[in-house]
Amino acid sequence: MNYIIDRRLNGKNKNAVNRQRFLDRYKGHIKRAVADAVNERSITDMERGEEVHVPSRDLAEPVFQHGVGGRRSVVHPGNKEFVAGDRIARPNGGAGGGSGEGEAADSGEGEDDFVFQLTREEFLEYLFDDLALPNLTKRHLKGNASFKYERAGYSTDGVPTKLSVLRSLQSAKARRIALGGRTRRTLRELEQRLTDADAAGDEFNTFRLREEAEQLRARLKRIPFLDTTDLRYKLHLKRPVPTSQAVMFCLMDVSGSMDQETKDMAKRFYLLLYMFLKRHYERTEIVFIRHHTTAKEVSEQDFFYSRETGGTVVSSALKLMQEIVEERYSADAWNIYGAQASDGDNWSDDSPVCAKLLEERLLPVVQHFAYIEITRRDHQALWREYQAVAEAHPETFALRNIQNPADIFPVFHGLFQRRDAA
Amino acid sequence: MRHKPMFEGSDWSFELIERCDQEIGALAEQYGLDTYPNQIEIIRSDQMMDAYASVGMPVGYHHWSYGKHFVEVEKQYQRGLMGLAYEIVINANPCISYLMEENSMTMQALVIAHACYGHNSFFKGNYLFRTWTDATAIIDYLVFARNYISRCEEQHGVQEVESVLDACHALMNYGVDRYKRPYPISAEEEQRRQQERAEYVQRNLNDLWRTLPNARKMDEAEDPGFPREPQENLLYFIEKNAPLLEPWQREIVRIVRKMAQYFYPQRQTQVMNEGWATFWHYTLMNRLYDEGLLTDGSIMEFLASHTSVLFQPDFDHPGYRGINPYALGFAMYSDLKRICEQPTQEDRTWFPDIAGGDWQTVLPEAMRNFKDESFILQFLSPKVMRDLHLFGIVDDDQDKEIEVAAIHDVEGYRRVRELLAGQYNLGDREPNIQAVKVDLRGDRSLTLRHFQFERRPLASSTEEVLKHLHRLWGFPVHLESMWNDSLVSTSHCPAQAKPDAA
Repeated sequence: MNYIIDRRLNGKNKNAVNRQRFLDRYKGHIKRAVADAVNERSITDMERGEEVHVPSRDLAEPVFQHGVGGRRSVVHPGNKEFVAGDRIARPNGGAGGGSGEGEAADSGEGEDDFVFQLTREEFLEYLFDDLALPNLTKRHLKGNASFKYERAGYSTDGVPTKLSVLRSLQSAKARRIALGGRTRRTLRELEQRLTDADAAGDEFNTFRLREEAEQLRARLKRIPFLDTTDLRYKLHLKRPVPTSQAVMFCLMDVSGSMDQETKDMAKRFYLLLYMFLKRHYERTEIVFIRHHTTAKEVSEQDFFYSRETGGTVVSSALKLMQEIVEERYSADAWNIYGAQASDGDNWSDDSPVCAKLLEERLLPVVQHFAYIEITRRDHQALWREYQAVAEAHPETFALRNIQNPADIFPVFHGLFQRRDAA
Repeated sequence: MRHKPMFEGSDWSFELIERCDQEIGALAEQYGLDTYPNQIEIIRSDQMMDAYASVGMPVGYHHWSYGKHFVEVEKQYQRGLMGLAYEIVINANPCISYLMEENSMTMQALVIAHACYGHNSFFKGNYLFRTWTDATAIIDYLVFARNYISRCEEQHGVQEVESVLDACHALMNYGVDRYKRPYPISAEEEQRRQQERAEYVQRNLNDLWRTLPNARKMDEAEDPGFPREPQENLLYFIEKNAPLLEPWQREIVRIVRKMAQYFYPQRQTQVMNEGWATFWHYTLMNRLYDEGLLTDGSIMEFLASHTSVLFQPDFDHPGYRGINPYALGFAMYSDLKRICEQPTQEDRTWFPDIAGGDWQTVLPEAMRNFKDESFILQFLSPKVMRDLHLFGIVDDDQDKEIEVAAIHDVEGYRRVRELLAGQYNLGDREPNIQAVKVDLRGDRSLTLRHFQFERRPLASSTEEVLKHLHRLWGFPVHLESMWNDSLVSTSHCPAQAKPDAA
């Protein structure tokens, strides 16, 4: 007996576990590839998969095999001009055209890399592996954020999918009993009298009683088995669920002193940050502030892609950030993170103001504040001021220098490395 | 009698597949093909890739190497470098064949003929499969193996299990009994006996490794050494004698060993198996066409696919990857049929027994009682050698040039045939390595001996394999390479600080 079975609906990815095992085993290679990719890619296509190269040597599953050398005889097809006893110069490559079994590639020299494609999800997974936002501690109930549906008894109206059959039939039965109770009692009495009359041979009464009983039965029959008033529906109510929420302030210098390359690097850093936040914390808001001599809150699009020039007053951005915090993100309800990127240029009198603003107004309310200086030149007043701040507040403030695109990922990684909860 | 064609277009349906299977089955019965019942499964192409990566097994334990295989297949498929095979067929009872939903109806018919009747009858008929595998039990055993290994992973950690599996896979080709018939495996039996076995082995092992010296001391000269005889089944030797393995580790060694044993016949009958299936799909499809059950279009589509499967590039062709087992096998079976039906004088000299015989007896005989090596040695005819222009070369590293040893001419036929047969001899293809000595009283080291074949040394991967072996054995492992009874080289794991100075 032969069977034909349709397996097309069976689950796919039977090898998902095996694939994951494979990826875990070559985590080192993959992470390197991902880090390289971040530095090489243009900022707009961060979110796609990546090709990973692993040297075949590292992947080999070794077995006992014959090596090169000794005496081997091989039969090949397609002879054209050879006759027995011909002697041919040995072709390069030693093995003389493969051992004829397709196994030659494993033993030869100069193998190709094993290349495979990471999916977008896997790429991001490895990109942000072991990173976390620091100090995400405060929790606050936010009314309209996320809801959970919970069972809340039964209701008399609802959609058909929520119909509770058991409850509906229960109330139907109750209604039938309530409506038909008296009629049934009368019917029972009538029937009793009917049997009595029948036994007594009272033909007239028998006939009358039978008529009456017939009418009662008809009335009972008219009580519907199930009425719309019987229907009961399961009731679900929305209940708000507490979420931990964070807001990330992205501050960037877009003044004339920031050349295109520097801006690009800053943008890249923020993009990483942005992806990171979007990925890990769905309930995270982001505020983009860019500044030259004055600061402005802008949309994501403007932040990354619009151009502007002018002088530099860093404190303007910090001031704006502080205003926005006071206005919209009270410190007891929000985890506040700040990240600032600049080339280090600042109007010289402004730097102490920045440090003061930061220390007195911002650091007390934020969870963490990171400053990224993108420059190859010597550090200027702003860096020195900030350094003093960092020494005073090592927990909440960090500053890093980025010199070329290759630094971006390591710096980012260093800033947000997951710290074990002490 | 001409029938109406079974189908016209390329779309398939379950009714058509069933009809097709019945027609082909009826024809196969006329030809006397003896098969297991068929279980035909329709799958998607991504499921086919899954099946590919797990060497066609419908259930398998988890291991990263299957993931690697899968990633590779997926990549090649996505880039269009590789078409997926139309079918995968599993040696089980019932015989499971996979049909891809993307195939046209003609291709489904081809696959049914090829897998469900060709391979299936080979699995049921060939002596190697009959002796070494148990088709009724394999699926159960695979389930047992998978469950057992995932339980081990839960108990001992994925890493631990993986390192044992890695080590076993490295020695998988040396986990085969070549001459002894193994017990048939069955899942229930395995489960029942597994506990018992674990205890028994441990007890015996302790006996072997007893640290207290025996009261009646043996003289060195008297000591027969252990093992008494060299052991070629290294995994079996490890399973029974490795001093430090936990019972669950021994069981994993056993599982890998059983898998190796199951695949052993397939590795030895590639040419015969594929040739047989190809011969039968060709014969059956042509019969269907002759009876009017296939349209002209279908048979053309079939022939195009058939020819491309049989393509054998010449040795100097850039696409040359050795001899195509489909082409060689098909040529040999077809030629056997020709020898029976239209024997020439040459055939009568070379094959006096079968020339002019009944091909429907000769071919099944040839399928049943041989493996690739002996099949070629017995049945490779001069005509096939001439058709394929076969020639044998000898590549000796002590010689500056390569010598053409024999070609497809009267003087060369026998030599070419021997050389080709040798190429399919697993015993020659794989290095001959045996466990010869365990230092029971000293450092417990295990010594392996490699007997070189045609002076061929071991490949550079040997060191890595020894590391795996060392992991299983737990004590030093030595490997001696011998050529003509003299020691050529040794390797050790852990590596010895100073080389063996004479």
